[in-house]
Amino acid sequence: MKAVVLIFPGSNRERDVCAALALVIGHQPVRVWHREAGLPETDLIVLPGGFAYGDYLRCGAMAAHSPIMREVRARSDRGTPVLGICNGFQILTEAGMLPGALLPNRSLRFTCRDIHLRVENNQTIFTCGYEAGQTVRVPVAHHDGNYTADPDTLDRLDGEGLVAFRYCRPDGELAEAANFNGSARAIAGIFNDSRTVLGLMPHPENAVDPLLGSTDGRALFDGLVGALR
Amino acid sequence: MSGGSNVTPALAAEHGLTEEEFERAVAILGHTPNLTELGIFAAMWSEHCSYKSSKIWLKTLPTTGPRVICGPGENAGVVDIGDGDAVVFKIESHNHPSFIEPYQGAATGVGGILRDVFTMGARPIAILDSLRFGSPDHPRTRHLVSGVVAGIGGYGNCVGVPTVGGECEFDSSYDGNILVNAMCVGLARADRIFYSAAAGPGNPVIYVGAKTGRDGIHGATMASAEFGQDAGEKRPTVQVGDPFTEKLLIEACLELMEGEAIVAIQDMGAAGLTSSSVEMAGKGGLGIELDLDHVPLREAGMSAYEIMLSESQERMLMILRPGSEAEARHIFQKWELDFAVIGRVTETGRLVLRMNGEIAAEIPIEPLVTAAPVYQRPWRRRDPEPEIDPASIPDRDPLDCLRRLLCSPTLASKRWVWEQYDQLVMGNTVKRPGGDAAVVRVSPDGKALALATDCTPRYCRADPVRGGAQAVAESWRNLTAVGAEPLALTDNMNFGNPERPEIMGEFVGAIEGMREACLALDYPVVSGNVSLYNETDGSAILPTPVIGGVGLVADVRDVVDLALKHDGNTLILIGETGGHLGCSLYLREIEGCEAGPPPPVDLAAERRNGDLVRREIHAGHITACHDLSDGGLLAAVAEMAMAGGRGATLYPLPMGLPRNAFLFGEDQARYVVETAVPDSVLKAARAVSVPARVIGTVGGVALTLSVAGAISVDALKAANEAWLPGFMARA
Repeated sequence: MKAVVLIFPGSNRERDVCAALALVIGHQPVRVWHREAGLPETDLIVLPGGFAYGDYLRCGAMAAHSPIMREVRARSDRGTPVLGICNGFQILTEAGMLPGALLPNRSLRFTCRDIHLRVENNQTIFTCGYEAGQTVRVPVAHHDGNYTADPDTLDRLDGEGLVAFRYCRPDGELAEAANFNGSARAIAGIFNDSRTVLGLMPHPENAVDPLLGSTDGRALFDGLVGALR
Repeated sequence: MSGGSNVTPALAAEHGLTEEEFERAVAILGHTPNLTELGIFAAMWSEHCSYKSSKIWLKTLPTTGPRVICGPGENAGVVDIGDGDAVVFKIESHNHPSFIEPYQGAATGVGGILRDVFTMGARPIAILDSLRFGSPDHPRTRHLVSGVVAGIGGYGNCVGVPTVGGECEFDSSYDGNILVNAMCVGLARADRIFYSAAAGPGNPVIYVGAKTGRDGIHGATMASAEFGQDAGEKRPTVQVGDPFTEKLLIEACLELMEGEAIVAIQDMGAAGLTSSSVEMAGKGGLGIELDLDHVPLREAGMSAYEIMLSESQERMLMILRPGSEAEARHIFQKWELDFAVIGRVTETGRLVLRMNGEIAAEIPIEPLVTAAPVYQRPWRRRDPEPEIDPASIPDRDPLDCLRRLLCSPTLASKRWVWEQYDQLVMGNTVKRPGGDAAVVRVSPDGKALALATDCTPRYCRADPVRGGAQAVAESWRNLTAVGAEPLALTDNMNFGNPERPEIMGEFVGAIEGMREACLALDYPVVSGNVSLYNETDGSAILPTPVIGGVGLVADVRDVVDLALKHDGNTLILIGETGGHLGCSLYLREIEGCEAGPPPPVDLAAERRNGDLVRREIHAGHITACHDLSDGGLLAAVAEMAMAGGRGATLYPLPMGLPRNAFLFGEDQARYVVETAVPDSVLKAARAVSVPARVIGTVGGVALTLSVAGAISVDALKAANEAWLPGFMARA
């Protein structure tokens, strides 16, 4: 199993996702600097969290035009799975690889805390480690995670099973208060049409160790690596 | 060159130099300084850079110990934590800028302290922020809280260093002068620490990072004066931060530090290029020549004076080994940062600045550094406050008092603050904000650091010696309460105008108390910062010596927190309870009275009690632990209940003390521990003559007092969590 983690200037959660992947695959993923011309052969491409280009212009907007993203899109078109976490999700929407956009949180404040997610579709390489409808506790840490898209797109995401996770209460029920950042239809993560690209705002990579508060993120990496092996 | 200077004593006074200081500068130069030279003298001899009022007292603090690798005097302190690892840390204030422009002031405070730490070769792994604001009723307070918290988050979150702890308090003495003290903790290899002393005449001097602009000119002199009504006019002297550039600078510097290219390195903080170049040359006993035409500038037409005094952020000065420029340039270009050779080290012992083919300034460095004025300012001790007889305080319903205390600004939950900080990035935060100390893992085998900041300013006002000792003791206790071995501390001395004897007396007293406590607890000071002149229109802040403590945890699995764990467990109170209500939060919030002396600090008891608690934690006998501080015993038990989401019942109180003196008194050296094996804990306590008393049991959904009924934990939590968000939402 080979994984590549892209590093943009301003990426800052690459260590966290590398550690989570290393836990599952037994070795460190390859880190690729954004200005490198091409990608090595890989089974998975990860866009980590952070503030690529300082979030200047718009979150993810400048990184989306980084040369390496042409290669990411080409690999994705050929079926290589792509996982974008937090800033990585923002970059994927800016690059047009996922629909919609991430607006500032409803509170207009950065928010870092544990939240609950409901697994909406477990029939994908990314979510096969979870039960359908399972509730998981993972942290969020973002200022711009308020997912938005036009109503047709939202209907299509719902209708075609392209919603990966929704914010929910600890008991799994949807509620206004649980949707802390104000996302449309409480969407926390979505797939592309072929379900080979996942973008999500929460940080499963920070929930893989009982010492750090939760292990609910581990199943995402276990399931993904199992499916790709 | 300097002939025909039109610099006058009046202009020197505008730069903050006294007449006598100006004369000394003229004597050193042998002629009247030109404007650039005047600016350099004024900056280097400002209180902020020279510590001229505090130096003689700071020297009395203990700064050594078996684990100390580097004490005060460098960019940060360095302490050995075994296995070839070292922890590098420092706290620094950004009070004045944060009051004028809260977002940028606080943000650049974080940026500056990060640079102090990675300058020494350490990767920053944690930030803590000790914040003090004015009264919640003051019209500016909400704006300042909002801006400061957003600024800290905006910077720390972006650079990807977790903010794991700190304090946030309110008092009207900070109405015109808030305190923003930022602490950074980094991890380095003990044999790869980088220092700032220049070496090797002929070696190139390199400028890296962001370009130099006109921002922050006079920052150091501003930080060394009181505020008047015109504080807002000082906004242009506040620097603007760019955390994105800082993130690149961290990565580029740490990458270069992997090799052997760097001889010496220093960040450009207060007084920018002036203090960095002068301090590097001064420490090396050498000279330095800079060609200002090569300094990367943000705008054209900047003068030598402006270039030397700019406090533009995210800049570093390095001295490289000859022949390593290409390697260094390659790394900085990869990270898209400016890199310029701007001068060289010389044997002349002089600072020589060239610009446009002329010499813009020339100053002998040794006297500039060592002949800086040092003042033994007159000081006066405050009269001690008369004792408060607990029997003279009216009896009130304890649970009602508890509820009121928990929603007072001091004890109210600060979740609204810390949720705006990324506490988790880097994936090593084992204990998040809200407990006695944060815990951050530093190695995969489970080694970790415990971190906390502490000060009780109302104690320091009433009795500076006791208050200084208490701040150190509480820091030591907070690290102990999670099971850590306290290693060393960094101090941020925030006081008013030292030219007033009663303020200088507060400073001298606090240092005396800190010294006693540091010695008794083997807890040396390895770095620190002094912020004086925290006054507005003649009204001084409470004396606030903030202690940033660092402790070592051998195995993070042994750490405990304050959350109650299991119904049926026993609660034990460790330490002696005398019902001390003087200076207590209870007296202030419930009786509306700020009187009495602070609680005595018995350092021998502190040590004995803390060592016992730590041993019992390591023995696995303790499932939760909390130190007793503001609000005393009942506040501590309530915090443990809220954190664990379960109740507790307290047994009948001992005879002989009024019940609220027992429940809310702030006697020191105390802890509440939860245990499943009370007999073992009591026996261990008896063996070392530590007072220990069973006070109750864990269980249920309410906090129940046999003397006064019950209140649900949910109700306590609601009161505790509601205050700050409610305050911030008020229009």
